[in-house]
Amino acid sequence: MRRAGELHVVGRALPRVEAAAKVTGSIAYADDIELPGMLSCKLLRSHHAYARIISVDTSAARAMPGVVAVITGHDLPVKYGIMPTCEDELALEHEKVRFVGDPVAAVAAVNEETALAACRAIRVDYEPLEAVGSIEQALVPPDDEPIHDYAGPANVHRLAALEFGDVDAGFAKAAHVREDVFFFEGNTHLPMEQHSATAQVVGGKVTLWSSTQDPHYVHRALSKVLGLPMGELRVVAAPHGGGFGGKCDPFSHEIAVCKLALMTGRPVKCTLTREEVFYTHRGRHPVLMWVRTGVDDDGRILAMHFRSALDGGAYGSYGPASTLYTGALQTTTYAIPAYRFEGVRVFTNKAPCGPKRGHGTPQPRFALEVHLDKLAGELGLDPVELRRRNYVKPFTRTVNWLRITSCGLSEVTDRVLEASGYEQRLRRPGHGMGFAVSSYMCGAGLPIYWNRLPHSECVLNVGRGGVTLLSGATEIGQGSDTVLATIVAEELGLGPGDIRLVTGDTGLTPVDLGSYSSRVTFMAGNAAREAGAKMRALLVKAVAEKEGCAAGEVRVAGGRIGVMSFEEAALLAEERFGTLSTRGSYTPPEGIGGRYKGAGVGPSPAYSYSAAVVDLDADERSGEIRVNKVWLGHDIGRSINELAARGQVEGGVYMGLGEALMEAQAYRDGLLRQPSMLDYKSLTFLDMPEVETILVETVDPEGPYGAKEVGQGPLLPVIPAVVSALHDALGVWVDEVPITPDKVVRVLSARSKGKEPRYGPKGFPEVPYPALVKVAPPDAATASL
Amino acid sequence: MLRLPPCSYLRPGSVDEAAELLAEHGETAMLVAGGTDLVPKMKRGQMEPELLIGLGHLAELRAVTETEEGGFEIGAGVTLAAVSGSPRLAAAYPAYTRAAALVSSPALRNVGTIGGNLCVDTRCNYYDMSFEWRQACGFCMKKDGDICRVAPASKRCRAIASSDTAPAAIALGASVVLAGPGGRRREVPVDDLYRDDGQYFLAMAADEIVQSLRLPPAGSWGSAYVKVRRRGTIDFPLAGVAVALRRSGLLVEDCRIVLTAVGSRPFDVSPAAGPLLGRELTAEVLAGADDLLAEVANEAAKVAKPLDNADLHYVWRKQMTRRAVEQAIVEAASCLPAPGGPA
Ligand SMILES: Cc1cc2nc3c(=O)[nH]c(=O)nc-3n(C[C@H](O)[C@H](O)[C@H](O)COP(=O)(O)OP(=O)(O)OC[C@H]3O[C@@H](n4cnc5c(N)ncnc54)[C@H](O)[C@@H]3O)c2cc1C
Ligand code: SF4
Repeated sequence: MRRAGELHVVGRALPRVEAAAKVTGSIAYADDIELPGMLSCKLLRSHHAYARIISVDTSAARAMPGVVAVITGHDLPVKYGIMPTCEDELALEHEKVRFVGDPVAAVAAVNEETALAACRAIRVDYEPLEAVGSIEQALVPPDDEPIHDYAGPANVHRLAALEFGDVDAGFAKAAHVREDVFFFEGNTHLPMEQHSATAQVVGGKVTLWSSTQDPHYVHRALSKVLGLPMGELRVVAAPHGGGFGGKCDPFSHEIAVCKLALMTGRPVKCTLTREEVFYTHRGRHPVLMWVRTGVDDDGRILAMHFRSALDGGAYGSYGPASTLYTGALQTTTYAIPAYRFEGVRVFTNKAPCGPKRGHGTPQPRFALEVHLDKLAGELGLDPVELRRRNYVKPFTRTVNWLRITSCGLSEVTDRVLEASGYEQRLRRPGHGMGFAVSSYMCGAGLPIYWNRLPHSECVLNVGRGGVTLLSGATEIGQGSDTVLATIVAEELGLGPGDIRLVTGDTGLTPVDLGSYSSRVTFMAGNAAREAGAKMRALLVKAVAEKEGCAAGEVRVAGGRIGVMSFEEAALLAEERFGTLSTRGSYTPPEGIGGRYKGAGVGPSPAYSYSAAVVDLDADERSGEIRVNKVWLGHDIGRSINELAARGQVEGGVYMGLGEALMEAQAYRDGLLRQPSMLDYKSLTFLDMPEVETILVETVDPEGPYGAKEVGQGPLLPVIPAVVSALHDALGVWVDEVPITPDKVVRVLSARSKGKEPRYGPKGFPEVPYPALVKVAPPDAATASL
Repeated sequence: MLRLPPCSYLRPGSVDEAAELLAEHGETAMLVAGGTDLVPKMKRGQMEPELLIGLGHLAELRAVTETEEGGFEIGAGVTLAAVSGSPRLAAAYPAYTRAAALVSSPALRNVGTIGGNLCVDTRCNYYDMSFEWRQACGFCMKKDGDICRVAPASKRCRAIASSDTAPAAIALGASVVLAGPGGRRREVPVDDLYRDDGQYFLAMAADEIVQSLRLPPAGSWGSAYVKVRRRGTIDFPLAGVAVALRRSGLLVEDCRIVLTAVGSRPFDVSPAAGPLLGRELTAEVLAGADDLLAEVANEAAKVAKPLDNADLHYVWRKQMTRRAVEQAIVEAASCLPAPGGPA
């Protein structure tokens, strides 16, 4: 591996390759697609939270001038879902609707107005059922039938019960044991771009352009539901206006436009309204959590027991994975010798939850970090010191078998503490600072459905068209195009702007699982690097032969291959070797996780580490919180583009603060409370504090040039650091996010009445956990790699 | 995206012509100025005019003039941005310009007008929703339904008066000139524009147009507007308090307090300021000594009866109303002309 000093473009703070097109408005997002003869599609959605469909009468809609086709659930009767274990969705429901917003019919018409009017003309006869609105309610036998018949008992979707090491023995030895309960309200992604999909049929073959994060999974779902071979379908991820996990599932509108295009022979587009985006959701699960930790006299963790209950909403989505994620990464920051996790996900009559930035881990991270703060307080230990005593060491294996490689936890801690002056902070009324750490994966170790394909593949072509990288990865605003272009440019001695990218197109690009789980830089990046290195070798070899020198003497940089320009070298190499096309692929190594049931969630080829310090002022009277500044230290392995990396950190802090302070996908009587950008509160420019980003480079042995992830991790420590800072400021604990000012005022007034200075859930419900799956932890030899 | 339902648009040549058109088309017509309130509501089906009568192009509504008696007359079509950016107006009527500056966001203030702001619809989170959402909810009295969802026993709609500038205008003793068909004009105090009914919240006739706002001479009044909301921008008020104060020598001679967003109309609760009259607003009093401000604030906020139809907990909104009253008094005091200065 080349050392830092030898890198030419990797690590520099260059503008992102697609930035100019985005800021000048020339980029064509999915909704900008206009095709000749195109029809507009609208979905009719349920206005019942839970009801049986008695009948659907589309005759009036069909008779309307301008309406070209109307479909219902009978036209798309095949169930699908992102996870093979819970394929419980229909593009259009024809038996039951399970939340307000569940799609029932789709119309293709000459324009959106007509399509909407036709939707309103469809008569649906419903028989309302008793809706389930909370985790507690979902755990007891329902008044009516369960939401899904494949689940149960009651409305339980998924249960997990795992134990690593002897937890009871750990607690028995503990000098102190503490228990806490926390609640994390659900929230949504709020991308700037609403989902949009356009389908076109040419010669019997369907092309779908969609604002999706993973065209490969959409491709599979389309093939299944439409009953067409994958070769007759092409899914193109259109330039993207923000994903954050909200565009990771195959969706009704994507399937409906394909079906309608096949039926009408005309292109069909469906763009969701902002309100529909809230219903499409797949956002952060509301999670109730209970955690119990035993420590010795020095504050070293001996055992931990973590329980989570997830409100999944109406469908499976990524739910089984989400459930396990709420228990998987506690061990990647702290060395926990004995660990028990029990999780449950329930169905309720709300928009389905799924993955959002940090998938399943921000909730337990919030609980765990605040719990440790309280534990430190009880022990009279400094909360930072308590953490440091328990930090995992690099190149070790956790009790749940996760392989830790590079780990900059201590460095990010030192750096944020030093930059923020946390330890020397001055005391003034209402002012507080809080600290927390976290870690995140660099790509899931396993694909979502079982297959042996590489997780990322790419093809690199050099010819008269210049340098073209074909990769299935999808730019969703996270900077993946820039990362891939930079890596190829580095290998070929060019600039990122010299690389043409063809990405996220199942018809043209080789497979890539998509843009989720922070996997692109690590996985597609490694694949691109391999293809680049192979291409470089060909060019160098051709030049060395011609010049009669050793390959090692040919310098590749600044648009030159040795004495030749890149173009001359490319021509020479093509004359010598034929078509210049190289390939690269990436498959995570074996043995990065365990072998138990449930071991598929958590393993990753590397983990990023983050630490945050939040500085805020809180008003005793109004409960209003003003965040003054956030310091965020992030172990990124190596930044491929420093500017893009800082942007990701700032975006993560932004989202974390929003979740900590105001964002909530909340319901009242089965109806979403705030399905608009005015009422769903997220930070505005005026609420966003300064962020000081500190990038720590630990140079991971397996990441491309040592790079790890930065798209999701930096969000995680922000939320508990806010809670901790509020406690520092006012001396109260708010064990429920978002921390809105009314909650703060309530806890302050409770304290003034002599009650416990805490706002949060009172307890954790009874859950019918299955028998624990007991997993022996790795032995000492395996545990230190 | 949400589409604007089809409707006709007429561009009258004058205010008089606009009033004639309103009278002629009755209930099916609505005025549109900046459209920042009306257009989103039409998209959500909350308002369904068949005809829009445009005011935005009328130069006669866009003048700001000094009146003979030394006050100001501001045309209804003047934008919120123009008002909040005017140093002359800010010096004389800080409560009013501050209120205008706190409405929504810069982009909306560039098109939103002061006339539209006075007539802005009342708000409720059972009502400010799309047609589909309201259908799912079963509709409510204010539009398409027959009961109030937030207060089912209520005989009237309890939607919330949400204009930021109205309470400031009332506290400053402003009036509006209303134009009716046939060249009819009448001037009424701003306070008389409103009714305590979320559905029928405007007291003016259906064929009347707000032509201008008349602000009396600023004299020795100091004023302030304090807005409670979740974020630094864009949000509607969860409570708003305008205070105008006048001293005689060092002692408070007059104090007006007007609340918004705590009921279906702005409330003039000036009698609550009684204990301040004849008192000196010393630094101690303003800092909370004697609980004088708290006493005034408690009394002033008595009318506030927030319900669960806006952002955050209603108990908190009531608590914040009190605090905003105190803050507004303190701020108004800070911009009083020095005693003995120009009267
Ligand atoms: C996201 C968002 C946030 C907002 N936040 C706020 C806020 O914080 N505070 C606030 O006060 N408002 C807020 N508004 C509402 C609105 O933008 C302002 O009230 C604005 O001043 C309305 O003026 P306009 O000219 O756009 O009114 P329009 O939308 O044109 O009209 C509003 C109403 O007034 C009537 N009308 C307009 N002009 C006249 C006239 N001359 N005579 C009689 N009737 C007339 C119209 O028929 C209509 O019913 C917000 C709106 C949005 C979309
Ligand atoms: S207060 Fe009642 S009637 Fe009025 S808008 Fe709200 S729910 Fe409807």
